Amino acid sequence: MDTHPESASQTAGPYVHIGCTPNFAGITGVYDVDLGATMITGDASGKRITLIGQVFDGTGTPLRDAMVEAWQADANGLYAGQEGADPHFTGFGRCPCDAEDGTFRFETLRPASVPWPSGGVQAPHITLWIVARGINIGLHTRAYFADAPENESDPVLGRIEHRNRVATLLAHPESDDIYRFNVTLQGPDETIFFDV
Amino acid sequence: MTKKPLGGYAPRQHQHQPVALYPPYRTSVKRSPQAAPLSFPTTISEESGPVFGHSLIGPLDADLLHNFGPQDVSAIGPRIVVHGRVQDQFGRPVAGALIEVWQANAGGRYRHAREGYVAPLDPNFGGCGRMITDENGCYEFRTVQPGPYPWPNGPNDWRPAHIHFSIFGHGFAQRLITQMYFEGDPLIPLCPIVRTIHDKAAVDRLIAPLDMSRTLPMDARAYRFDVTLRGRRQTIFENRMEGL
Ligand SMILES: [Fe+2]
Repeated sequence: MDTHPESASQTAGPYVHIGCTPNFAGITGVYDVDLGATMITGDASGKRITLIGQVFDGTGTPLRDAMVEAWQADANGLYAGQEGADPHFTGFGRCPCDAEDGTFRFETLRPASVPWPSGGVQAPHITLWIVARGINIGLHTRAYFADAPENESDPVLGRIEHRNRVATLLAHPESDDIYRFNVTLQGPDETIFFDV
Repeated sequence: MTKKPLGGYAPRQHQHQPVALYPPYRTSVKRSPQAAPLSFPTTISEESGPVFGHSLIGPLDADLLHNFGPQDVSAIGPRIVVHGRVQDQFGRPVAGALIEVWQANAGGRYRHAREGYVAPLDPNFGGCGRMITDENGCYEFRTVQPGPYPWPNGPNDWRPAHIHFSIFGHGFAQRLITQMYFEGDPLIPLCPIVRTIHDKAAVDRLIAPLDMSRTLPMDARAYRFDVTLRGRRQTIFENRMEGL
């Protein structure tokens, strides 16, 4: 039974950087570093990768004022806070999109599969959360790895009715260790967003 | 503390949330998804989340009056305390929640490269702060009351005075960004961003009342802003959906 409705979301607005990445916004001397700037904090195990991308609006223009957050498991499939999780990996990243071309970038680890509640596993993925001016409630999605054989049996990808849209959740290798995940907010190539 | 194992997060109740597309808020027109979202029960990926310790928080992080300018020099404007409680939808306090806030100064001007309002910057005001809720889910910070400001949308749109809030609960499913408004502000019902929320009661919950009981005499008025995040069900059985 619900006794208290969740507070309503409101857009992060154009000045989200002031509160979430003040150093990026030029407000220095308040916080030492911006939250989520570093995901790998030491000698973490696993393959280091870079996840990059852009967020496009319905006209194909990249957003230059969005903020993207990443949350993911480590190279053993454990989330920070779980017993045995890699102490040198936070699993959390936050990136303001580039003011010129809108690129976001996470220097991170390739995650391993994680459990699915009713048994089996979910293919390796990075949860992404996107906020910006004009987005009234944060958009939740996942970047899977296009070259991961585990995708075949992933229970979330398997639920997607329009199979041609599965590709919107795949990060593609641009080199051995750089993966690109572009997000499209609206239109024929619209990314699948989650209500989860 | 909890006796029964917690299940997944209850599904979000969208009737209390803003719509994605609201043409009077012009930027939403090309930034709003149109396809139906994909639903599935929450998993470890949504039920876990980053944990931020109290060591993250510096001594002045929750004091926007003083965390930017020279030592012992206050920001300019009406001094206020903002406090409240973060709970989940089942009424349980959310302890250890990281709250980040940002706002315009008392004249309605943000300290940001893309800000064009003629109102002046306050050299003593940065506009950001953060804190972590205590064991009862309570938080508090000091700041100046922000001013309303005009924004490029319609020909003459003004934002009601507001403070932006970003909140991390225990699971990434609880992640929320919202805005706090001030009781009595006549601009609230006129604002296209407020009006993206069609449930009037949900708007009212974003309006902080004056709280005389927490006012600091001869120093600062107080406003109370409570926040509710999504919650996990008490039993795993409710959440078990076969064949998913
Ligand atoms: Fe604002």
